[in-house]
Amino acid sequence: MLEFRKDIFADERDDNLIEVGQPTARQDILGHVTGTSPYYDDHRFANLLHLKILRSPHAHARIRSIDDSAAARAPGVKRIIRGADVPVNLNTLLSLIQFGKDDEPSLATDVVRYKGEPILGIVATSERAALEAMALVRISYDQLPAVFDVEEALKPNAVSVNAAYPKNTFEYYGKYDHQKLRYGDVDAAFKQAEIVLEDRYQMSPIEHAPTETNGSIAVPDTNGRFIVYTSTQALFFSLDTSAKINAMQSNQLHFIGGTVGGGFGGKVDTLTEPLAILAARLTGAPVRHRLSRHEEMQFGSPRGAERIFVKDGIMKDGRIVARQIRAYFDSGAYTRLSSYAVVKCTAHLPGPYTIPNVHADVFCVFTNRTPATAMRGFGVTAMDFALECHMDKGAVAVGMDPLEFRMLNMYRDGDMKAHRRQAKNCALIECAQVAAEKANWPLRDEFRRMSSRAGGSPERGGVADRTRTPAFAPTAKQAPVPADADHRRAPNVAPPVVPQRIAYERPASAAPARTTLAQQPAPRAVPPPPTAPASSPAGSTHGAPRFSSVFGTRRR
Amino acid sequence: MKTPIQFILNGEDVATFVESGSNLLDTLRETVGDLSVKGGCWQGTCGTCTVLVDGVPRLSCVTLAETCAGKSVETTAGLRRGADLHPLQTAFMGRFAAQCGYCTPGMLMAAKALLDRNPNPTRADVVDAICGNICRCTGYEPIIEAVLDAAGGDARRRA
Repeated sequence: MLEFRKDIFADERDDNLIEVGQPTARQDILGHVTGTSPYYDDHRFANLLHLKILRSPHAHARIRSIDDSAAARAPGVKRIIRGADVPVNLNTLLSLIQFGKDDEPSLATDVVRYKGEPILGIVATSERAALEAMALVRISYDQLPAVFDVEEALKPNAVSVNAAYPKNTFEYYGKYDHQKLRYGDVDAAFKQAEIVLEDRYQMSPIEHAPTETNGSIAVPDTNGRFIVYTSTQALFFSLDTSAKINAMQSNQLHFIGGTVGGGFGGKVDTLTEPLAILAARLTGAPVRHRLSRHEEMQFGSPRGAERIFVKDGIMKDGRIVARQIRAYFDSGAYTRLSSYAVVKCTAHLPGPYTIPNVHADVFCVFTNRTPATAMRGFGVTAMDFALECHMDKGAVAVGMDPLEFRMLNMYRDGDMKAHRRQAKNCALIECAQVAAEKANWPLRDEFRRMSSRAGGSPERGGVADRTRTPAFAPTAKQAPVPADADHRRAPNVAPPVVPQRIAYERPASAAPARTTLAQQPAPRAVPPPPTAPASSPAGSTHGAPRFSSVFGTRRR
Repeated sequence: MKTPIQFILNGEDVATFVESGSNLLDTLRETVGDLSVKGGCWQGTCGTCTVLVDGVPRLSCVTLAETCAGKSVETTAGLRRGADLHPLQTAFMGRFAAQCGYCTPGMLMAAKALLDRNPNPTRADVVDAICGNICRCTGYEPIIEAVLDAAGGDARRRA
């Protein structure tokens, strides 16, 4: 099933690997098949109490009054927890890395901003007792108008959702309402493009639906410490978040986890631990806070919905000369991790293609929907869906094979990317070639011989070339290269006749701004890349290098 | 008011008291202490809590404990015989048929019910047997392959 194509990049790779390519057993699989893996809820404690949360039935409402007196007297109830009981009742997850403003309460006190928002906790001797007491709580609300659409939320007179961000957009670097990417001059390029293709893409929220719901058990330990058994995917992140909300020192908390019943990004939000710890502090007893499936679906954050507008300028020979993106991430009522998704998304644009003119505006928007969070490539996955749909449409528009259209535009080593970093260690063309071979997808000869290592240059990615490469010309007469041909050697044997896509060529008078960029010697003289948030997890180690570059055998 | 019930769990007699209306899942986990049974939805939809009652796969979260009085209940904790793993367990390990492992006990019991009554199932039989069990990480292919491996013989060729 697993196959290593050692003919590709053989000179760049160490083949003395011991584990890679060999079957190996998961270190935890014996526990899994014997039912002995210790998930958080597989720990047993005497006198365990149970915390259940009363949640908002409204998407946006002001809380007028809360009467929990009958619930407090209900059988089995040990404690009612209100927002005022939470030591630090405002937090944002990425405050741990100084990114964003505290905007989300653990328990709402005045306003609820999405259906399912926690308002009050009931600690009781059983989940059933807690739920029965919950039915006795009386809350009166003044319903407020709600906004559920990202573009509606950006209109000047829109309802303000999030008190920390009254304009319904996350604030980047303290002043910008969105992330920008600017490279070249898309407006001039669109005028010159032979085809301009626009479309709108809309994603839905997606629930991770792990088979184990989010949950945790907080157990009072000696010396004022608490041991917390948790389903979290991010043990220390959850520990620090819990410590902040409970105004405790990190060393007062001992988190035990690592055995997670499915997460996919849905178990990084620290949804249960802070209140479980607070309940254990207030009662002196071990407390379990386990989400029901219904809560997991409604309160557990989903992958956020995204609305994406893509506009491409394409030449009839298949070169994409401009790409403009406008995208809105629906963060829901609070930030959680969507702010970071937007950074990641913008860093990913314009996709794995060398496009000389790129313009992107990506917004993190607050609406009265369930807050969104991480999920499997969030920020990139939905954008790739939009971009690749658009690539198919582009291929149709120019009458090219969709794979060949992509290959023509793929990054090659040495290309200047829209972020003003040179592409290196590209292997996408080779992946496409192998995929085509496996799928019996016919590629024309010159595409079979195309290489990531040939034809790339800073000029290709944005600095105008003076000589217009001849329009794309099929070379059907050439002998086909055998499927197992050594891809590395191909460019040396016969230089590719496919026009290596070069910069968008335009009359000097057409766009002075573009010419300015074109005249720059590059890459050193090009404008500096946009400053990334220094503490963002995006970090400088972003992107996976090939192993060979880790080992230093890769050419630099 | 608690009711006494007795049943056979993995071949051993068990006697305990349950609240009226208690489900088998909570009874096994909270009262008897068999933690190999996992709860996923507590509403009879995900298959995670599957156990065998008199050899038939049941969703223990929607099975009243009292209805199991006098019956034989099998869980993943009883698959292993001493140091020896059940062929299904070995096959799941060999086929990488578990990632997070949370659905695995339910999958194993659904598969065991199949193999106990049909030692030489087709691929379609296997799919049918586990179609009520949701897996969110591994994907179903390695699981189907593992069950066919455990069945052995020429099952796959006939599929």
